[in-house]
Amino acid sequence: MESTARDFNSNVDHALADPNLQDSLSKLKVGFSERRRQAAERLPEFEALRDRARDIKNHALANLDFYLEEFERKVLALGGHVHWAPTAADARRIIGELCQSMGARTVAKSKSMVAEEIALNEHLEAIGIAPIETDLGEYIIQLRHEPPSHIIAPAVHLTKDQVADTFLEHHAKLGFTRRLTERNDLVAEARHVLRQKFLDADVGLTGANFLVAETGSSMLITNEGNADLSNTLPRMHIVLASIEKVIPTLEDAAVLLRVLARSATGQESSAYTTLNTGPKRPGDLDGPEHYHVVILDNGRSAVLGTEMQEILRCIRCGACMNHCPVYGAIGGHAYGWVYPGPLGAVLTPQLIGVEEAGNLPNASTFCGRCESVCPVRIPLPKLMRHWREREFERHLTPVAVRQGLALWSFVARRPRLYRGLTALANRVLALFGRADGRYRALPLAGGWTRYRDLPAPPAGGTFHAQWKKKGPT
Amino acid sequence: MRPILTAAILVAVSRSPSPTARPRRVALFVTCLVDLFRPSIGFAAVKLLEEAGCTVEVPPLQVCCGQPAYNSGDRATTRAIAAQVIGAFEGYDAVVAPSGSCGGMLSHHYPGLFDDDPAMKVRAETLAGRSYELMAFLVDVLGVEKVAARYDGAVTYHDSCSGLRELGVKDQPRRLLRTVQGLTVREMKTPEVCCGFGGTFCVKYPEISNAMVGEKSADIAESGAETLLAGDLGCLMNMAGKLQRQGSPVRVRHVAEVLADMGNLPPIGEPG
Repeated sequence: MESTARDFNSNVDHALADPNLQDSLSKLKVGFSERRRQAAERLPEFEALRDRARDIKNHALANLDFYLEEFERKVLALGGHVHWAPTAADARRIIGELCQSMGARTVAKSKSMVAEEIALNEHLEAIGIAPIETDLGEYIIQLRHEPPSHIIAPAVHLTKDQVADTFLEHHAKLGFTRRLTERNDLVAEARHVLRQKFLDADVGLTGANFLVAETGSSMLITNEGNADLSNTLPRMHIVLASIEKVIPTLEDAAVLLRVLARSATGQESSAYTTLNTGPKRPGDLDGPEHYHVVILDNGRSAVLGTEMQEILRCIRCGACMNHCPVYGAIGGHAYGWVYPGPLGAVLTPQLIGVEEAGNLPNASTFCGRCESVCPVRIPLPKLMRHWREREFERHLTPVAVRQGLALWSFVARRPRLYRGLTALANRVLALFGRADGRYRALPLAGGWTRYRDLPAPPAGGTFHAQWKKKGPT
Repeated sequence: MRPILTAAILVAVSRSPSPTARPRRVALFVTCLVDLFRPSIGFAAVKLLEEAGCTVEVPPLQVCCGQPAYNSGDRATTRAIAAQVIGAFEGYDAVVAPSGSCGGMLSHHYPGLFDDDPAMKVRAETLAGRSYELMAFLVDVLGVEKVAARYDGAVTYHDSCSGLRELGVKDQPRRLLRTVQGLTVREMKTPEVCCGFGGTFCVKYPEISNAMVGEKSADIAESGAETLLAGDLGCLMNMAGKLQRQGSPVRVRHVAEVLADMGNLPPIGEPG
């Protein structure tokens, strides 16, 4: 996917000025967090499960080579194939060739953020293969030629009315000429349109929530069941997953599933949990004849052993963005690439470069709400701060910020000078702010006073001046 | 209506049996914003600590905890400032800040700055182990159960992020507020959601910050409270500034001022 992360500030302006987006976000902010809270409260061992989930992922990451090779061995033994893709281009090429080997004209796709990451749809279209998104949200945004704005709810930025207009525009030629207003009718129409596409697809492509080394299974959870059609109806099933999705055992998967759905949507578990373990075996009634797993690195192995490694624990539940007040204000598209919210603020600079995505880890108040809900306890603010440190070291921090910081730091390291300057500033601010008690505008403080008043200090001097005057108590 | 001051009710602040018999020698970490913009918060903290039996000192060489540099990625400056703070605050029984943000910096972030300097790390950990946010120190450490103060009207309390999530400050201020005569607490719908201050964030990303504080001010208005309280001056200045720009009648104060019976002072951003 083409990045617009560099244009973060103008993306933000557009997002804040978009009434449909703001309407959608106002619902998202309350809904997701409230459902997660209730789900967590209903499960007494939820906090202990978060610890276990963290430990499982840490163990898997510490032994990633072992578990990946174990997974590969199991898949091969089952009659499937494993393809290692060091880069996005490799993954695109491998998948394209697999589709061509089947003479495929269409590919039924279940929602996959890794497919977004490698810009798979654009590649398939370029080689004459039509990708069909089968997740409802993905289907909607595919019709609108938009990227997802959320990792589990790709069309969450849209209102129902916008969806109704989109369907009318694209489905009229299929005979659906009535503009629908009810949610259920919209779903039914999409289901009807998509059903034939499932039946026609030559290849089914899904992502994976987990790759289970013990059994060679890929595990996928959905609420729509679309993945089950994508992986059972076509003759070839391709699983696309990144390296950090591998976990040791099914037992581990059970622990992770218990925190995943609760953190994501507040469900105890998603409606569908599907294990794909190799191709169709003799005697199986259905299933794909050909089973391929494409495992993508795309910069992740470079994170191993660094201060950023913890981000690889992420199980893509979306809780960090659901609880992020910045995401809640600007939505997912403003982040400019595949992964929005706190997850994106840490992962995007890693995957597409901090020169491109430098704003993302800076646009956070470090309120810590993301970390407080993360099912695998990723210290997201700490990792964002590490990015800021790298930017500072590499002189990528904006010049005005650097200069301001240098000046402030010069003074802050000289307490007596600091004392003198703050005494002066206090007196001036108190004097000119005396009448109103605050400033509506102030030179050099435009970032503050554009939207809010600046309280003026009362007369009488700084705390330290007053304390000194008072003498020892 | 401006909440009415009544004279302080001069009862000794009651305490549960103190963990140590002798008064604690407490150093006040004033914070740079309190020093510059709202000294009364520092004096309120001193009063509350003294009433709880502490002797309070204000180390003269203190400046800032270093967060502006820390959160801008300037680790070298952060370390220099942290070393300065560590030096200035050694030897006290406790270091207390009327701010969860600065308190959290001292108690949660300093040790990690000196991973490659074992001697400094020990000193940082010693300071970290003794550093507290004011409300948590009063209630959790000193066992303060009530205050001698009066404040007439309904207040709503915003949970500042660092205090809440790093230091677990949530019930302590509310517990003490319930003992203030004439005061009722009316909770917002989302008191735990960030106000959009975030230190330099609010001037680096003013549009996002404005959207966040706009939402916060709507939540404050909906609570029906006449006064907004919180434990961090940065958040308070942000919310006060937004409320006043919107012409809201809500008054804004630091929780320590109300608890120390200094609720008669002009609110933040109001003329004296």
